[in-house]
Parts: sequence; C-alpha cells; structure tokens
Amino acid sequence: MVDVDFTLAERRNVVIIGSGPAGLTAALYAARANLEPLILQGPEPGGQLITTTDVENFPGFPDGIMGPEMMIKFEEQAVRFGADLRYGIVTEVDLSESPFKLVIDEEKPILAKTIIVSTGASAKYLGIENEKRLLGHGVSSCATCDGAFFKDQEVAVVGGGDTAMEEALFLTRFASKVYVIHRRSELRASKIMQERAKKEDKIEFIWDSTVEDVLGEKEVESVQLKNTQTGETSTLPVQGLFLAIGHTPNTSVFKDFLDMDDLGYLVTQADSTYSNIDGVFVSGDAQDRVYRQAVTAAGTGCMAAMDAERWLAERGS
Amino acid sequence: MVEDAKYITVTDDTFEAEVLQSDQPVLVDFWAAWCGPCKIIEPLIVELAEDFEGRAKLAKLDVDHNPTVAMNFGVRSIPTLLFFKDGRVVDQLIGAASKKTLSEKLENLVAETV
Repeated sequence: MVDVDFTLAERRNVVIIGSGPAGLTAALYAARANLEPLILQGPEPGGQLITTTDVENFPGFPDGIMGPEMMIKFEEQAVRFGADLRYGIVTEVDLSESPFKLVIDEEKPILAKTIIVSTGASAKYLGIENEKRLLGHGVSSCATCDGAFFKDQEVAVVGGGDTAMEEALFLTRFASKVYVIHRRSELRASKIMQERAKKEDKIEFIWDSTVEDVLGEKEVESVQLKNTQTGETSTLPVQGLFLAIGHTPNTSVFKDFLDMDDLGYLVTQADSTYSNIDGVFVSGDAQDRVYRQAVTAAGTGCMAAMDAERWLAERGS
Repeated sequence: MVEDAKYITVTDDTFEAEVLQSDQPVLVDFWAAWCGPCKIIEPLIVELAEDFEGRAKLAKLDVDHNPTVAMNFGVRSIPTLLFFKDGRVVDQLIGAASKKTLSEKLENLVAETV
C-alpha cells in the first residue's frame, strides 16, 4: 500500500463504498441496526440517478420523481437514522483480513470490520483518442449536465437503450436537431421510451452505424460514421456528441481481492451478497450485469446491510 | 453555503480583473444550480480556498448567469475546472475530481509562481 499509517486510523463496523440507491439503502438498514455506518460517497455522490431526469419506474412515486430529488430523499432517510455520509473516494484497499484497510483520497486511512461495496457503474466511452481530447468540449456522457450548452445546435446521441432515448428526448429541449446513432437497425430501449423518441420531430435515427471518430479543433465540429452493413463512411456535422452506449462497473480498485467476471462485475455467492472475501459484501450495479435498476440496487443494498449485520453479530461485535 | 467562504464569485463583468489580471494562480469552477455533479465540487472549493488562502484564488462562476466567459473558454460541460495563471489557462479538469488532485495541481502552480 502507499505510505499511509494505519496505527491511528479511524475504526468502523461497516463502511459502505458508494452512495447510489444500493449504498444509501444499505446505509439506512445498517444505521437502523445501530452499526453507525460510514458512507464514502465516491466520485459521483448520489450515483447515476443524479444525472437523470424523471424516474418513472421506482415504486411509490406514482407521478414520477426527478432523479436528483429522489437521491436527496434517500440520503435524508439514511441520515435520519445516523448514517455518516462523507465525501471521499476509495483509492486503495487491502482486503486480506478484517479489519480491512481502506485509503481515502490517497491519504486518509480507515479500518473496517465489514465493507459493503456499492460502487455502481459509470458511463462507457468509445475509447478513441479525439473523444478524450474533446471531452467537455462537445463530447459528453450527461445530457442533463451539458444539454443547455447546445441551444439551437445539432447534436448526436450514440446508443440504442433507454439511456440513449432519455438523453435524446432531454436534448430536444435545447438542440435544434438530435441524431440518434445506433449500430443496429432496432433499438434495445423499452417500448414506451422508443415510442416517445420516435414521435419527437427533432429526433432522427441513423441506423446500422458506428462512430469512428470525433472531429474538431477546439470543439466538436463533426463525427465520422461508418455503416455497419455497407462499410461506407460519412461525416455528420454536429456540435455535440452524447454517449449512451452502456456502463462499466466501478470495481477496478478491488481487482486484487474480489472475484469478478469478464466485464468486471463482482461475483456474489448464491442468494446472498457475500463476496469471495469473508466480511466483504457487494450490492447494486457493481454486481449486477442483468437488471441494473434503481429498485434492484436498493434491494441488494438492503440485503448487504442485513448480511453485514448478521456477520458482525455472529462474531460478537 | 459557508458564511465566511474564502472563495470568490466571479461574473462576466469581474472575470478580467479577478482572474485574468490576478497575481496569484486562480482555479475557476464553472457550475450551475441544475447540475448534480457540480454539488460535489462545492465543498472542495470551500476547503481549498481555506488551504490556499493568500497563495492562490478559488473562484466560482455560474454559467447560467455568465454565459460569455463560459463561451469564450469553450466550456461545454459542467463541472469544468480551469486553472489560470498569468491570464492564461494552464490546466483543466472536466467532471468531478478528488481534493488531492486539485490540491496538487494548485501546489504546482503556486510553486512555479514563486
């Protein structure tokens, strides 16, 4: 580990890493069990929902609720029972034995009897050089953050899932034209989102196409497309490129200790949130390559807190 | 919001004087009220303003009310953090960042200045 001294480190029963629906539900349950959990909020406090608009599929909100507002409610509910929320990013771990060692922001040591991993997933990028160079200058993975900068301009969204539809629909509030670029000829998005997007006049679909390059000196000026059927390339002039091509689990910090699958999703033991390391529990999108919903994340967050509580009780602490 | 915050709030009107003509390095946080991830940066700016008092300036600029500066510097995503020295952008960070990253970048700029 980096030269961090653990002799006087803060000690905790439960440290929850991540503050999306999984982490905050785990926090709520652990706090109500008097475990005084510490929640490290990570680089995106509130998780993916912070960058969404209407959440219409979380039960209990018949009229829908804005993503950021819902996450504030999650937070308030956990804090009400004593959860300790803190800004901080776990930059290194040593999970060889309990108490586990965590380094926060490369400098602060924490010792945890149990850990609940709920680090979620982050937007995936295409992985081309110019995309990185133009990030923040027309390339974005968050329409709700950056859409307002594209008033009366033409933009493109890459992807064919619900996120892509949501981003495209949101962007129609500002942009004069929204192209949706998808590598197949049909969408993966839910029927209701597809219908909404197809009904919107400003949205135009570009099928069977991939983005080969993003061009522009200081800001995005166009994207280069390739038709996956004919192999033909073309240039589409746009000022913005929004990526909605899926997510990658945020699990790299655990790679030396926790079992994960080929895509980086953490592996849990059947019918539980137990990882391969005794005392480390995992929940939410970090271990879910199938469902990835706010409500399923909250469900596994609850499971992780209950597993951690029993684990501690069995060891008399 | 901290009451005796040590960071400064800059606008389209004060940007030239406060940032471009500053003797000290300046870190400008481009943000807006509707931006969720911007809220992560807020407490860091408050803390850094304290840590770097007298050595570097920490500034916040609301892009909704000050579109000119944001446009001039090609800011098309928030939060964006621009590091200024001697009237020029010398470094940038897009999106949330850890306090340590920001602190190190500022330390380096301060060291170069002396």
